[in-house]
This record gives sequence, structure tokens and C-alpha cells, in this order.
Amino acid sequence: MSSGTAIAPEPAGGPPRRLQASSKRRGEKAIQWLLAFCGVLSVLTTTAIVASLIIPTIDFFNVVPIDEFLFGTDWSPQFEPPSFGVLAVVAGTLNVTFWGMLFAIPIGLGSAVYLSEYASPRVRKTLKPVLEILAGIPTVAIGFFAVSFILPEIIVPLWPNALLGGAAGKPFMALAAALGIGLMVVPIIASISEDAMSAVPRGLREGAYALGATKAKVAMRVVFPAALSGIVASVVLAISRAAGETMIVVLAAGSTPQFTLNPVEPIQAMTSYIATTATGDISTGSLDYRSVFAVGTVLFVMTLVMNVISIRLVRKYREVYD
Amino acid sequence: MAVGDAGASRNRLAVAGARATTKAMLRQQPRGDVIRNTLFAGLLLMAVAIALAGLFALLIQAFAKGSSALSLDLITNPPSTAFPEKAGYRPAIVGSLMLIAGVILFVIPVGIGAALYLEEYADKSRWWNKLIEVNIQNLAAVPSIIYGILGLAFIVRGPLDLGFILAAGSLTLALLVLPMVIIAAREAVRAVPDSIRQGSLALGATQWQTIRAQVLPASIPGIATGVILAVSRALGETAPLLLVGATVFVTFDPTPFGSDGYSAMPVQIFNYALRPQEEFQALAAAGIILMLVVLLAMNSFAIWLRNRYEQRW
Repeated sequence: MSSGTAIAPEPAGGPPRRLQASSKRRGEKAIQWLLAFCGVLSVLTTTAIVASLIIPTIDFFNVVPIDEFLFGTDWSPQFEPPSFGVLAVVAGTLNVTFWGMLFAIPIGLGSAVYLSEYASPRVRKTLKPVLEILAGIPTVAIGFFAVSFILPEIIVPLWPNALLGGAAGKPFMALAAALGIGLMVVPIIASISEDAMSAVPRGLREGAYALGATKAKVAMRVVFPAALSGIVASVVLAISRAAGETMIVVLAAGSTPQFTLNPVEPIQAMTSYIATTATGDISTGSLDYRSVFAVGTVLFVMTLVMNVISIRLVRKYREVYD
Repeated sequence: MAVGDAGASRNRLAVAGARATTKAMLRQQPRGDVIRNTLFAGLLLMAVAIALAGLFALLIQAFAKGSSALSLDLITNPPSTAFPEKAGYRPAIVGSLMLIAGVILFVIPVGIGAALYLEEYADKSRWWNKLIEVNIQNLAAVPSIIYGILGLAFIVRGPLDLGFILAAGSLTLALLVLPMVIIAAREAVRAVPDSIRQGSLALGATQWQTIRAQVLPASIPGIATGVILAVSRALGETAPLLLVGATVFVTFDPTPFGSDGYSAMPVQIFNYALRPQEEFQALAAAGIILMLVVLLAMNSFAIWLRNRYEQRW
């Protein structure tokens, strides 16, 4: 029972700063280093991502002037002479993202308000996982749905061709991909926003009710503003996901780089350029190969900025009410 | 008596007055509000209904299009461009299973290790630990195609130089879902109360003994849930695989290190979906059904696991 080693000797400088076993076992430190290495591996991944993007991108800018790349609006790498104006594919991404978010924000936020303020606990308990199923559907399935159902069965019949024109008979268009992407990000917006709204203390709602506010007013004027940072975070994250989505755009939006925000035009997004160009048989030294990395760098920087904003905002609302 | 009567009647008068005022106010206030309230609730319901309609339309459409191609051939036969009626997903299924096995082998030790380091050992005030934390959150939101670029430039070529082999695809997918696993495992580890650790340490266990015998067993359900969700994400991921070699039309069962090419379930679906002929469209839809069934089963199992073994301390 009392082997004598049970009581830790006090270090000279006062009581020990943290609880530790009396005798160090061999290997204890080694394990700690091993686990730390696992953590550091994630930093190495980021470093590798940045390195693998930057090095070929610099090579690319040795051939194509950087200002021509950043401000040009004509993307035709296959032509002679090739033209690398990245704004054409950036516009493709923005086109799809913009129209997708126009669909997803009201649907996602509406669902979030309904789940957090109106639904009974039972309804919420069944609806939330059902919506989360949507988040688990592979994007290739959503892309297939977009091009073989949303486009021919919804957009083409419902689009006011007489008024706006341009939708009839097109096999690909930005709007089909946009709606698919919208469907994909609805659960992201709904789920994070609902968490933020549920974190608003009851006292705020009850105070408003006591002053005679109606349910809609409590939801829109009290809960919504109080949860705003979480809601904005969810939307920013959704935009970042939409911009980074590949399969839906590849399948439904076409492969015609166009500097336009017109939803019924076929376009090419940054992701679909990368996915359709860098497939297996491309030769390492070619300009096409390096252009993939240049486009990847632009995409990475855009999504990184949005992710940082989103992470900051989420942390903010957690701090306020936890 | 007279005083009491007067008091009672005054009382009654006051109550009646208050009631009348309240009634008047209530009647006056609603009108617009009632309409607005109902309208608002209606709009919210519509939003939910549209989201659900999208989900169900996707499922129904997959079944409507794919049911004609649903047969055992789907699992046992290789893909074929010449005989779409006999084509299947066999090499893709084998490829996906191998890819997933690799992901699991990599992600479980590394993910749990990183989570344990961050929760149990790391001093949160040090800048390098903060860096690791922010970095993991960022990595979780990096587009999957960027991981494809990483795989192409770093794993297939460049420093690791593995070539277009299945193992390279597996490693790419593993790096993609690693942040998800770390985040889930950290939450599971954090949920174990400190009193458990202190009790173990007080009995003379070392820190690692405490983690191995107390913290880890208690957090396994949470970790398992995270791993399953991550694996199901990896299973459905297409874009990065296109960049690291899973593009060819493979008609034979792939091997982990063979350089003859490999395929995966979502990539094969994508391949079929690109072909306009009705038969290939049906094959794509049937593949989607197959994958949705597997993913749904995995996700339901994860949710069940979380609810069943969730410990309340």
C-alpha cells in the first residue's frame, strides 16, 4: 500500500503547477511529442497547400504578365495565342454563387427562424436531421439532379422566355448549377443560424413579449439581431462553400468561360476549369498545367478570406452568450 | 357597511374599466398584426417546404431514373461503353472501399492524436498552439478541389512522387477529412469532465495512463461518430480524385499501389452522367441510389451511436 513513492516531492519553488504523477514513466514524453506531431501535421498540410499553389503560380507569371491575368476578361487558353484573363472564370464563380445564394439565403434563414422560434420541440427533432441529410448528399448527385431535373423540368418551363429570353433549349446554364448549389448550402445556413438563434437567452424574448410584441416581431426584431453575427457567419461560410464547389458546376453550368452574371448563360467557374484541365494526362511543364495553379491560388485566397471572417464571427457570438 | 359597499362597487368599477381597456387594446392591436403574423409564419413554412421539396425531388428523381438499371449487375459487372445494359460499378466499388480503408487507417490515429494533444497537453496561451487551432478550423473549410491540387503537386508528383496510384488518392482524401475528425474528436475529449482526470491522477496514474484508461474510452462514441461522418464525406467526394488520377475508365479491380489506374464510386457516376444516352443516365442514377443508401445508413448509424452512447456526467 505505501511504497513510499505515493507522495510527490514538492519542488523547491512552491506547490506544483499542475497535477502530475510522482514518477515519470519512460516513454511519457515520447508520447507527448508523437501527439504534438499529429497536431503539427495540420500546419504542414497548410504549408504544403500554399507551397504547391505558389511555386507553379510564380512560374506561370513568368510567362503571362500578372496584370493581364488579374484584369483580363477573356479566358481562352486553347486558342493561339492563348489568353489568360482570370476575371472570366472568376465571373463564372460569382455568377453561380450570387444566384445560388439568392435562393439559399431566404430558404436557409426562413428554415432557421422556423426551427428556432416556431417549431415545437418534436418537429424540430425530426426536421433538423432531415435537413442535415441534405448536407450529406454527395455533390455529384446534386449536380446530376441539377442538370437532369432542375434545368429541364423547372427552369426551362418556368423561365419567362418572352420577357427575358435566353433559357430555351440550353443544355447547360449557370442558373441550374446555382440552384443545385443553393440546395447544397441551405442546410449549412439553416443549421448554423439555428444554433445562433437558439443561443439567444430566453430573457430577451420574454422581455419583448412582456412589452406586447408579437411572435413575428420577437423573431425579427429581437432574436434575429441578437444572433446576427452567427447568421452572417453561416452565410459567409455558405458563400465560401458555394465558390469552392466543383461537381455541380462541372455537370450543370457548362464549360464556356464568359464574363457575365447572366444566369441563363453557360459559364465556366474556377473550380470547373481546374477539374476539367488538370486531369491525369496533362503534361507537367505546359502553360495549361501552371494556369491551373494560378486559378487555384485565386480560389484559395478568396475562400480563405471568407473562412477567416466566418470563424471570427462565430467566435464572437459564442463569447457573448456562453 | 356603507363604506364597504362603496369600496366594493368602486373595486368592481375599476376591474370592469381595466377589462374594457384591455379588450379595446387587444382588439385594436391585432388586425394588421394577426395578418402579418400569419403571413410571416406562412413564409417560414414555405421556406422549410421548399428545402424539403428539393431533398425529396432529388431522391424521387434518382429512383425514377435509376430503377430500370437497378440489378445485381450493378455491383458485379465492370463498366462498359459498348454494352450499357450490362455495365456496372464493380471496379469503382472496390476502388472506393480501398480508398476508404486507407482514409480510416490514416485518419483515426492522426486525428485522435492531434485532438488529444490539443485538449490534454497543449498550453492554449502559446502562439504555436493557437496557430494549430486556427489552422485546423481554416483547413476544414478549404475547397476540396484545392486538396486535389495539393494531391497532384505534392503527393502524386513533387516531394512524395507516388504517381497516379490509389494510395495517393487515399492520402489526399484523408488529408481532406482530417480536420473534421480532429474537430469532432476534440469535442468528445473535451466533454470528459476534469474530475475523472483528477481522480485518476490522484491515484498515481501518469498523464498518458489517465488518457489511455479514462479519457479515451469515455470519448470513443463521440470520436466514432466523427470518424463515420468524415468517412461518409470522403466516400462522396469526387473533385479531388479527378486531379489525382481516378479519371480513367477502369474495367478491372484496382490495387492499392498499381499504376494501371483506379476508379471510385462518385467518379464512375460522374463518368456515366456525362454521357447523354438514356442508358448511361439510368446507370448514373442507379449509382446515385446505391451511394445514397450506403451514406444514409452510415449517417443514421453515426447519429444512433451518438444518441445511444452519449454520456451525461
